[in-house]
Amino acid sequence: MSMKVKSLADLKKIKDEVQEKIKLREQSLQAEHIVQIKVAMATCGIASGAKEIMSYLIDELEYHGIDGVVTQTGCMGYCYAEPTIEVKLPGQDPVVYGYVTKEKVREIITTHVMKGELVDGLIPVNYKTIDE
Amino acid sequence: MTELALHILDIVQNSIRAKARKIEVTIMENPEDDLFVIKIQDDGLGMDETQLQLVTDPFFTTRTTRKVGMGIALLKQCAEQTGGSLKVNSQKGAGTILEAILKHRHVDRPILGDIAGTMTLLIGANPLIRFIYIHQTPLSSFELDTLEVLEELDDVPINDRDILKALEEMINENLEMIEASLK
Repeated sequence: MSMKVKSLADLKKIKDEVQEKIKLREQSLQAEHIVQIKVAMATCGIASGAKEIMSYLIDELEYHGIDGVVTQTGCMGYCYAEPTIEVKLPGQDPVVYGYVTKEKVREIITTHVMKGELVDGLIPVNYKTIDE
Repeated sequence: MTELALHILDIVQNSIRAKARKIEVTIMENPEDDLFVIKIQDDGLGMDETQLQLVTDPFFTTRTTRKVGMGIALLKQCAEQTGGSLKVNSQKGAGTILEAILKHRHVDRPILGDIAGTMTLLIGANPLIRFIYIHQTPLSSFELDTLEVLEELDDVPINDRDILKALEEMINENLEMIEASLK
């Protein structure tokens, strides 16, 4: 995308380009085959930098060529440990990480997501996401 | 919260939790009249009289995961520290309107910050909600309505990475022009 998008008409022009890319991605984009990450995005999370962490997660997944969905959720009750994120690999139970920094994001992606090994910073067991 | 955009991101979460299908974020800037107004309007569940009275109380929340609800209280404090105010109107079943009035030139008014990132994050994470973003100054205005965006996109999902990037760029480009009109 080289031109600057300033209007809906510009947006329409890049749509075709995106449409082609989507066709290539389509097969791998079924929910059961992709990494799903939720960022806790309530007052506590936002005040601790959840928005920046969410953008960084999206950028890092793209950088490593990983098909994943990064979305938001509410407060999981771990306000002291914000930003918190929930990571769900295909076919596995989700786990939650607390005190997530950019360095931690890189570690989670290269070690947990790419190799399937848990890293430090897990929030243990019986949490519940409120949006379920 | 260091930026007003973060407050907006936070307050909009209330609308999302109230099952809104349409959320309108309006920013009105008028440096000459020393006004900076943030209005967030939704068509969600709304609140009854009792809830409405408690809405700025930091020890009131509908969440069950914790006992405090700081979002609106923090924005109220932020507005008041600039000599402004915050009010919430709501009707059960009809939706809620929150309006924060800040003094534009007050030294304690935080910057608006990354509103383009905030809006695209919200749109990306909630593709089924219709978001309208309006930014007005006395001389110009910009409006983004995701319903119009969807019409242009046909079957391309609005939460596609590249589309979101384009939307963010579109908001930033237009806001740059709007900011220039204020100088």
